[in-house]
Amino acid sequence: MSVQATHLRRRGRDYREMLFKSALLVSLIIGFATLIALLVDVFVTGWSHVTWQFLTSPPSTDPTIAGARPAILATIFLGIMLIVFTVPIGVGTAIYLEEYANRKRWYNRMLEVNIQNLAAVPSIVYGILGLAFIVRGIGLGRVLLAGGLILTLVVLPTVIIAAREAIRSVPDSIRQGAYAIGATQWQVVRRQVLPAAIPGIATGAILALSRGLGETAPLILIGAVSYIAFDPTILGPFTALPIQIYQWVRLPQEEFRELAAAAIIVLLVILLSLNAVAIWLRNRYQRRW
Amino acid sequence: MATRAATVGAAGIRRRRIRYGEIVVKVLLGLCALISVATTVGIVVALFVPAYEFFQDVPLKDFLTGKEWAPLFEPALFGVLPLVVGTLSVTLWAILVAIPFGLGAAIYLSEYASPRMRKVLKPLLEILAGVPTIVYGYFALTFFTPLLQDIGIKVDIFNALSAGLVMGVMILPTVASLAEDAMTAVPRDLRDGALALGSPNRVVATRIVVPAAISGIIAAFVLGISRAVGETMIAVVAAGQQPNLTFDPRQAVETMSAFIAATGAGDVPTGSLEYKTIFAVGATLFVMTLILNIISIRFVDRFREEYE
Repeated sequence: MSVQATHLRRRGRDYREMLFKSALLVSLIIGFATLIALLVDVFVTGWSHVTWQFLTSPPSTDPTIAGARPAILATIFLGIMLIVFTVPIGVGTAIYLEEYANRKRWYNRMLEVNIQNLAAVPSIVYGILGLAFIVRGIGLGRVLLAGGLILTLVVLPTVIIAAREAIRSVPDSIRQGAYAIGATQWQVVRRQVLPAAIPGIATGAILALSRGLGETAPLILIGAVSYIAFDPTILGPFTALPIQIYQWVRLPQEEFRELAAAAIIVLLVILLSLNAVAIWLRNRYQRRW
Repeated sequence: MATRAATVGAAGIRRRRIRYGEIVVKVLLGLCALISVATTVGIVVALFVPAYEFFQDVPLKDFLTGKEWAPLFEPALFGVLPLVVGTLSVTLWAILVAIPFGLGAAIYLSEYASPRMRKVLKPLLEILAGVPTIVYGYFALTFFTPLLQDIGIKVDIFNALSAGLVMGVMILPTVASLAEDAMTAVPRDLRDGALALGSPNRVVATRIVVPAAISGIIAAFVLGISRAVGETMIAVVAAGQQPNLTFDPRQAVETMSAFIAATGAGDVPTGSLEYKTIFAVGATLFVMTLILNIISIRFVDRFREEYE
């Protein structure tokens, strides 16, 4: 675009243009500089503590032998629960909204606004919901399953929105073609629309998973704070990596800060590899119709 | 539900036969959708029933206008203003970073970056957005606050400034990506018209694209503010946990979300007045973010209508 415009005018007078462009670049650089500073800071502080012993030992009041094994295991369990719970419900909702719902009905429009709003409700509010209904209401207690359920609700709107976009990008001609040879609506959805939308859905689900595993506030509220020195079970008390980081950050001793940095490295490695998989999936399978 | 619209294709040709399988599928999908309705109803009930009980004991007027928050003192004081001011103070610093730089990043990505650069920059922004907030909290407390002290800004160990600025960087990608979506949706013709008149790129961006995308950009700003208001972990870790009615960014403050997290983490007996404060403050926070979210959704709908 800029080629035509700049050739027409005298050269060398574009300092305002340069200034503007530099200001825009500064905006981007601020974000990336922070990211780099953060990564360098965390790795310099914590890298020496990321040892086999750290990964396989329970936490302890003695920082030299403390590890993050229960937290790492719980985070993996939470990840499995998130996938199992959110993908069917999220994709189901997305199919309903995109393929079945009549947009003119007020309740379907309300449903859409509702999901958009839920996506922006602070995660701590979901924690209150979990505290009131799941932990104390139905008496499940402060257990890993309660954590999985509450994180499911936190990331569900994100999964729905991503799945809807993936389904919407499948062109109508594919649906019409299937209808034309006599397919029922569910056959069209299951055999044509869903297979075509899977890369987009998978990308969105993985990004949502990575967001959910980094959530701290809702888990704090449902009570994942006490020291857990044993491996977590579904119906037992638990801690998770973000919670473990929070506990160590709060302690004043420098040694525990370093452990927090080590736990952050473990968490970031898990989340950033999930992100990388999602971005790779998108670049590899993204189709322009 | 919308049966008619769906079956038109097949029904015209063959005899109508009730397909129970199809109906079952549709009901199941509808039930999935109902879960998010149930979530909203659950949130409203979970927050407002205990909050209502709370306001039986503490007059709403005292809650909204009281200048002191000391639920554990004798006599207990339940003025929410220090928490609200703490929240606003942190939010202010966050949006001072997120709004100008988010918009700048969006303009660069939409108007200046080559497709190849976008392919590198956008995933990087996503990574920035994907860093958990507890990690940003750690960064604010152990890196950014000492940095501020080193360059001569006399901040306390816990302070609103450091938490707010780091929160701003955390929100920046959200604002940038939404604003960029809005600017990308502006039709090419508008840009070409301005370029044909000899406008440089800068003028096209600021006088044509930004005004044309303004409702989407405002939606991005408002959503960014909403994220800052509700953000918890950075505030708990870096801004502190002492209610403090001040806009002085160098001091420690307690935000509403930080209070909820701190109180909810302790073993507060169910049903006590202290337990109910979680819900009263939670309801206040929920109402504030709900208003912001609805404004944002309205603006998004408007720009969708204009260009899609």
